[in-house]
Amino acid sequence: MGRIGYFFLYLALIVVGLFQILPLVWLFLFSLKDNNEIFAGSPFALPSEFRWENYEKVWNGGIGTYFFNSVWITVLAIILTVLFASMAAFAITRLKWKLSGLVLGLFMVGLMIPIHSALIPLYSMFLSVNLIDNPISIVITYTAYNLPITLMILLGFYYTLPHEIEEAAVIDGCSIHRMFFQIILPMTTPILATTIVINMIYNWNEFVFVNTFISSEGYKTLTVGIQNFIGQYMTDWGAIGATLVISVLPIIIAFIFFSNKVVEGISSSAVKG
Amino acid sequence: MNKVMSNKFYIAFYIAPALLLLLILVFIPLVLSGYYGLMDWDGIGEKTFIGLENYITGIQDKLFWNSAFHSFLLAIFSTLSLIIYLTVSFILASKIKGADLLRKIYLIPMLLSSVAIAQLWVKIYNPSNGILNVFLMSIGVENPPLWLANPSIVLFAIFVPILWQYAGFYILIYYAALKNIPESLIEAARIDGATPFQIATRIKLPLIKEVVSVTIVLAIVGSLKYFDLIYVMTAGGPNGASEVMASYMYKLAFSNYNFGYGSAIGFLLLIITLIVTFIVRKLTETKDKLEY
Repeated sequence: MGRIGYFFLYLALIVVGLFQILPLVWLFLFSLKDNNEIFAGSPFALPSEFRWENYEKVWNGGIGTYFFNSVWITVLAIILTVLFASMAAFAITRLKWKLSGLVLGLFMVGLMIPIHSALIPLYSMFLSVNLIDNPISIVITYTAYNLPITLMILLGFYYTLPHEIEEAAVIDGCSIHRMFFQIILPMTTPILATTIVINMIYNWNEFVFVNTFISSEGYKTLTVGIQNFIGQYMTDWGAIGATLVISVLPIIIAFIFFSNKVVEGISSSAVKG
Repeated sequence: MNKVMSNKFYIAFYIAPALLLLLILVFIPLVLSGYYGLMDWDGIGEKTFIGLENYITGIQDKLFWNSAFHSFLLAIFSTLSLIIYLTVSFILASKIKGADLLRKIYLIPMLLSSVAIAQLWVKIYNPSNGILNVFLMSIGVENPPLWLANPSIVLFAIFVPILWQYAGFYILIYYAALKNIPESLIEAARIDGATPFQIATRIKLPLIKEVVSVTIVLAIVGSLKYFDLIYVMTAGGPNGASEVMASYMYKLAFSNYNFGYGSAIGFLLLIITLIVTFIVRKLTETKDKLEY
């Protein structure tokens, strides 16, 4: 292909790239402006003065609480999901039992189901055990619904671990627990990192469970919190922009540092789904 | 060795936490959804058994089929958009410098929450101050559309952020598949005088057929489950013009407190999703597994 051909190919790719990125650039720019400047000025002009006070205002106005809720709920659910999925992957790939194929099948089916079909029964189950408006309901729901995908990503790696490992461990008189926690689990670190970033993205962005199960402001996470918040600041675009930037920033930062893990996790989650 | 690895206590210990959570929080609610669908129930008071009444109402409910129609339209749009994603991936995989960086840039919207995406696009579509209409007015369009308030275009307007959100995801999958094709095959075709277009359509495309079928299933089934983005952008409005199955179910249960009927709709959503998954899988099944 000639030079001109390549020129057009690059042009096409850059246009797609601009389409993907310009809305976010615009968001960041207006998060630092006030309404006068947003409405009168050119959309992509730099702010005449950087109004970081937009960020300060929304952070102190309630976004801070939502942010910390998102952090601890995300982290706790990641730990539980990754631990339980690793244990399940170990049981399915290394331990010998008849029903392991059936159980694996159940997790596979779990990949396909629409969460909305389970929403009303989940709500009434949590209501009956007093877990409505309690963040525990969110943590265990995130864990349960992310187990299938986490397990699928882990399985591929577990199948490649050589069986000599546990043979040697058993011969040396090592207990099953030590074998799992001290030998196998540390060996899976690279794939654990992948599942952690994938779970982080899912948990951080989840909306409908929190929107349905949580009503107190003090327990809401960012996705639901920014909904109410934006209602409150409906006319102040700078504040809305700052709120949205705060809500997406942790994921963007994680992506900058772990982009290869994210790419790996997303592609393996798709091809198996 | 085998004795240790088939110890029942250890098996239970390792599988129980994950399996119990899956059964209690995923599978039991699905079954209960079908059961609650047989009840007249406001979510708080007593349940009254009314047989299949909710399901019969659901099947005759114009609003439900209206929302199902929108879900299926989105599924068709999503499937068609795969052609765009595939084209971009072909370009990206054709010895482009910086392809790795580009595909990561494309992926960024996919990482953001649907709520943030919805809020951002509400601003983009803002009638007087959003960038879209500001741009249209600057090139002389006098009355640019009210994107989210016009019932005949709202669904298209909602589809654009969906296209934007998932582009990087599908491009990533296609790109990886294309990069997996051995260079020797392409080289052989080139020596035989095949044009780049022929190589793309006659050699590369058939070789990634399996991946394409997986993405068709993902696009269709994913579309049937859309909720967050639409709920935040329009809440199904104006006047039901962007209502989808999940948002209709949500409205019935958590706005109208019609839990029995909402459960029946939720269960129909599950059945429809499973049937469609099955049909699409059958239709796109690649019988001859390619080896190379």
